Amino acid sequence: MSRVHDMGGRFGDGAIDPNEPDAVFPQDWHGRALALTLAAGGLGQWNLDISRHARECLSPTDYVRFGYYEKWIAGLTDLLVNNGVVTQEELSTLTPTPNSPLQERKMLAENVAKILASGGPANRPSDIPALFTVGQRVKTRSHGNTLVDGGHTRLPSYARGKAGWIIQHHGAHVFPDSNAHRLGEAPEPLYSVGFYAQDLWDNAENPEDEVVLDLWQSYLEPA
Amino acid sequence: MPNDDHSHSLLPSDPALRVKALETLLVEKGLVDPAALDEIIDTYSHKIGPQNGAKVVAKAWVDPDFRAALFADATSAVRDLGYYGRQGEHMVAVENTATTHNLVVCTLCSCYPWPLLGIPPGWYKSDAYRARAVREPRAVLLEFGTTLAPETKIRVWDSTAEIRYLVIPERPAGTDGWSEEQLANIITRDAMIGTKLVEVPA
Repeated sequence: MSRVHDMGGRFGDGAIDPNEPDAVFPQDWHGRALALTLAAGGLGQWNLDISRHARECLSPTDYVRFGYYEKWIAGLTDLLVNNGVVTQEELSTLTPTPNSPLQERKMLAENVAKILASGGPANRPSDIPALFTVGQRVKTRSHGNTLVDGGHTRLPSYARGKAGWIIQHHGAHVFPDSNAHRLGEAPEPLYSVGFYAQDLWDNAENPEDEVVLDLWQSYLEPA
Repeated sequence: MPNDDHSHSLLPSDPALRVKALETLLVEKGLVDPAALDEIIDTYSHKIGPQNGAKVVAKAWVDPDFRAALFADATSAVRDLGYYGRQGEHMVAVENTATTHNLVVCTLCSCYPWPLLGIPPGWYKSDAYRARAVREPRAVLLEFGTTLAPETKIRVWDSTAEIRYLVIPERPAGTDGWSEEQLANIITRDAMIGTKLVEVPA
């Protein structure tokens, strides 16, 4: 079963409004929410996959009614509590307990440029051999996370149990299904995999159109 | 592991107040430097944005060696121009041609090549775009005023891993002899996502 964020191909959403304010952050608090999320991430108490999963764990009701940066702030708040950075009592009373051991990890203004510019690559050395070659036909597995029930996965529902072909091999990358649950980075080969629209959708606009997804080796089997 | 108990409901419901409350708490706990937040906001408001990607595309249009390097290893090629960092650690450039049009989406969240395009626009993060771009890209493109020839194949890139995609649009007719700077000025964010084509202003 899927979670609410897994919406690729879903019916019922309306038109897209491409004409919106040019401002990067239409409201001041949007920028604050993004910056706060990055700065808190810098405390090193969770990884990117854990933070994505926190947003995915919002209840469907909240996920739908919250705007984009509201999801970020809600996800961040849950991360802070679940990882012991702040307590529920601190949140309720907005009264801080002094002497957090994480103070020395605080992201300082003078380090921001360097931190943003250095990024966090996801490729890793791995002993796992690449099983597939460019052009080879593959089929995706039909289930989500096999390590944790309801867990994080980057295999969208719409692309499960579908036949495609290998477009590119990217080497081994951190496996989100594991890393999001503190089960280790478990790097494995990552591929770009192409699918014909007609193999994904009941009524493709054009059967020859393609959708490409980046998928880990354990999502795939030979077709 | 994050569980389904929702601590965020303890904070004020108004989003601006909620952010302010959380920031104040973390600053008072000594975990967040408000000046660092200002610096992050300034970086993505003024320093990192689609002007970076436009320079990459313009260079690819005029410099065959750079173009070859870009399609061989985009991460290295754009890094040589100074564009690297968070959400751009693994870049791939995809080229629009007369027969293939590329469109980028992230159906699961909002993955986007920050060092080249900055923070994604609201529509890119909207449910409607995320849900529809993979299933009906031609209908989506029409809403952007973009019509493709029926025989042009569309390739939609769903950014499900840490690979980030930059669309290299087709160079429009009537731009022979233009400088890189002139070209960069007509290359839009939306063209580098693939929802629009590059056009010469009337």
